[in-house]
Amino acid sequence: MSLTSFMSRKELIGFLLLAAVIFLVLPAALDSFRLNLFGKYLTYAFVAVGLALCWGAGGILSLGQGVFFGLGGYCMAMFLKLEASTPENTSIQSTPGIPDFMDWNQLTELPSWWQPFYSLPFALLAVVVVPVIFAFIIGFAMFTRRVGGVYFAIITQAFAAILTILIIGQQGYTGGVNGITDLRTLLGWDIRTDEAKTTLYFVNGVLLFAVLLVAQYVRKSKLGRLLIAMRDQEDRVRFSGYNVANFKIFIFCLGAAFAGIGGAMFTLQVGFMSPTLVGIVPSIEMVIFCAVGGRLSILGAVYGALLVNWAKTTFSEAFPELWLLGLGGLFIAVVMFFPNGLAGVWSEKIEPRLLGLIKKSKDSDAATPAGAPAE
Amino acid sequence: MSDRYILSVEDLTVSFDGFKAVNDLSFYVEPNECRVIIGPNGAGKTTVLDLICGRTKATGGSVKFKGKELLAMREDQIVHAGVGRKFQTPSVYEDLTVFENLELSYPKGHGVFGALMFQRDDPVKTRIQEIAETIFLDDQLDEKAAFLSHGQKQWLEIGMLLIQDPELLMLDEPVAGMSVAERKKTAELLNRIIQDRSVIVIEHDMGFVADIATRVTVLHQGQTLSEGSMERVQNDPKVIEVYLGH
Repeated sequence: MSLTSFMSRKELIGFLLLAAVIFLVLPAALDSFRLNLFGKYLTYAFVAVGLALCWGAGGILSLGQGVFFGLGGYCMAMFLKLEASTPENTSIQSTPGIPDFMDWNQLTELPSWWQPFYSLPFALLAVVVVPVIFAFIIGFAMFTRRVGGVYFAIITQAFAAILTILIIGQQGYTGGVNGITDLRTLLGWDIRTDEAKTTLYFVNGVLLFAVLLVAQYVRKSKLGRLLIAMRDQEDRVRFSGYNVANFKIFIFCLGAAFAGIGGAMFTLQVGFMSPTLVGIVPSIEMVIFCAVGGRLSILGAVYGALLVNWAKTTFSEAFPELWLLGLGGLFIAVVMFFPNGLAGVWSEKIEPRLLGLIKKSKDSDAATPAGAPAE
Repeated sequence: MSDRYILSVEDLTVSFDGFKAVNDLSFYVEPNECRVIIGPNGAGKTTVLDLICGRTKATGGSVKFKGKELLAMREDQIVHAGVGRKFQTPSVYEDLTVFENLELSYPKGHGVFGALMFQRDDPVKTRIQEIAETIFLDDQLDEKAAFLSHGQKQWLEIGMLLIQDPELLMLDEPVAGMSVAERKKTAELLNRIIQDRSVIVIEHDMGFVADIATRVTVLHQGQTLSEGSMERVQNDPKVIEVYLGH
C-alpha cells in the first residue's frame, strides 16, 4: 500500500490537527487534574474508534462494547491490585497477601485464575486477548448463524447486562459492585501522583494514535471497502465469493481489542475499575460518542468521545438530574438532523465554506476539490 | 453421464411451509449451452436460481456442478467452484466507485488476511479496465455506483460477474426495466459474454430469448412443462395453453 493510498493529504492534516490537540493544546491549557479527566475521556475514544469501524463502516451495531472495555480494564486492575496487596500492606487482614475484598468475603487463598496476573506481560497480553476471545465467541455464534442488525444489538446488550450481574454477584472474586479499587503502583511506580498521571496521559495519547493508524490501515485496505459493501449489499458480497461471517467476526474482534486497550488505560489513569463501566448504560453512551462524532469517521469518533464526556462532566455537575435526559436528547437530535455527526457537519457545511474562503483569498486555480467526504 | 453435463439438477424440491415452489425438477445443462428459463409469474424460476447458488436451501434432490454437489456448499464456496449469479434488481455497492465494485469481485484476496494485504497491482488494474470497456463503463470508473442509471447498474453487476470468470453464469432478467437503446446494447453484451461458458438466463422478452437461447425450459408450478429448442417450445400446445397463449 503506497503512502497516498494509505492517507490522503486532507486526512493527514486531520491526523496532525488531532495530534496537536491531544499532545499540545490540551496539556498546555489544562491543569493536571483536568488533563487527567481528558485522559479518561480519551480512553472512551478507543471504543468509539472501534465502533466507527464496526458500526459506521460495517453496519454491525454493538450495544455491548462496555463488556470489552471492562474486560481490558479488569485485566489491568487485577495486576495492579495484586501488586498493591503485598503481605506488608495487608497485614491487618485475616489472610495477608490477598486483595482486600477477597479477605472481606472470607476467601483464604488467591483463586487459581488470579495467579497469572502477578505477571505484567501476561496482564498486558490479557488486556487485548481476553476481550478478543469473548468477541470471537459472541461473533462466531452470531455471525455464522446470520444474526445481524437489531437482533445482534440486543444480544450484545444482554451480554453487557450478564457480565455486570456476574461481576456484582461474584464479589469475592471480582470486588463486586465497588469494583477493584485502591490501586497504587505499576512495577513500583506510583500511578497516583500528578506527574504519573501526566505521563499516563501521554502514553494514552500515543496508544490512541497507534490504534487510529491501525484503523486507518483497515479502512483503506480492501477489507475496509468490503465492510462498506457488506453494510449495503450483504448478499452480493456473499455471491462475490466472500465468507461474510469471517469478516464480521474479524472487525468485531478488532473493535473489542481497541476497547480492551482503552479499558486498561482507564484503570491506570483513574485508579479503579468497576461494573458501572461495563453495563448497558456505559455501552450505549459509547455508541453515542461515536454517533455524535460521526460514525463514518475515526477521527470524528475521537472528537465525539471528548466532547460528549466534557459536556457530561460540565452539565452533570450543574444539573445532575437532567443530564441523562440531555444525553438522550442529544442522541436523538444527532440521528435526526446530523446522521453523520460532527464529521458530517464539518465535511458538508464548514469545510466547503473554508475552502471557498481560501480559494477566494488565494485566487489560484489549484484548489482542492470540495465536497469529498472528510475522514 | 455427469461428464456430458456441466450442471445436473435432479429431483430438486423446495417447500415453503408445505407449498412446493419447486417440485421434483430435473434438467441438465451442457458446456457452452445457453439455457433460458421462461414461465409465468410464480412458476419458480428465480427460486431455481436461488437453489443452485445456495441462497435458498433445498428440501430435497441434488444439484451437481462438474460432479460436485452444490447443495452441501456455502454460497461463497459455490462461487469459488465457478458459479456466478446476477440478481433481478441490480445489486451493486452504491457507496463505492465503479472501480471498487469491480475490484471487490476480482478473484483474489477473498480471505480476511488476503483482503487486508490485497494490493491494487497492475494485473488487477488492467483486468478492471478491460472489463469496464466490455460493460461500457470505462469513463465512469471513478464514479460512485449510486450515480449510475438503472441500465448502467445492471451492466456493472454483469461486469462484477465477468471479472470472476465463472464457468456457469446465471442471469435473472438482465434486460428488465431497461430503455430500448440500453436493451439493444445489453443484448449485444450478453451475446458476447455467453460465448465460452454455460449460461442460465431467466427472461420474459421473447425476441431476446429466441436470439440467445440454445435451449428453452418452460417452468410451470415448479415443474418442467416443456423443454427443447425455442421453436419446439413455442409450438407445444401445453405451453401455449398456460403461457404464450395469453
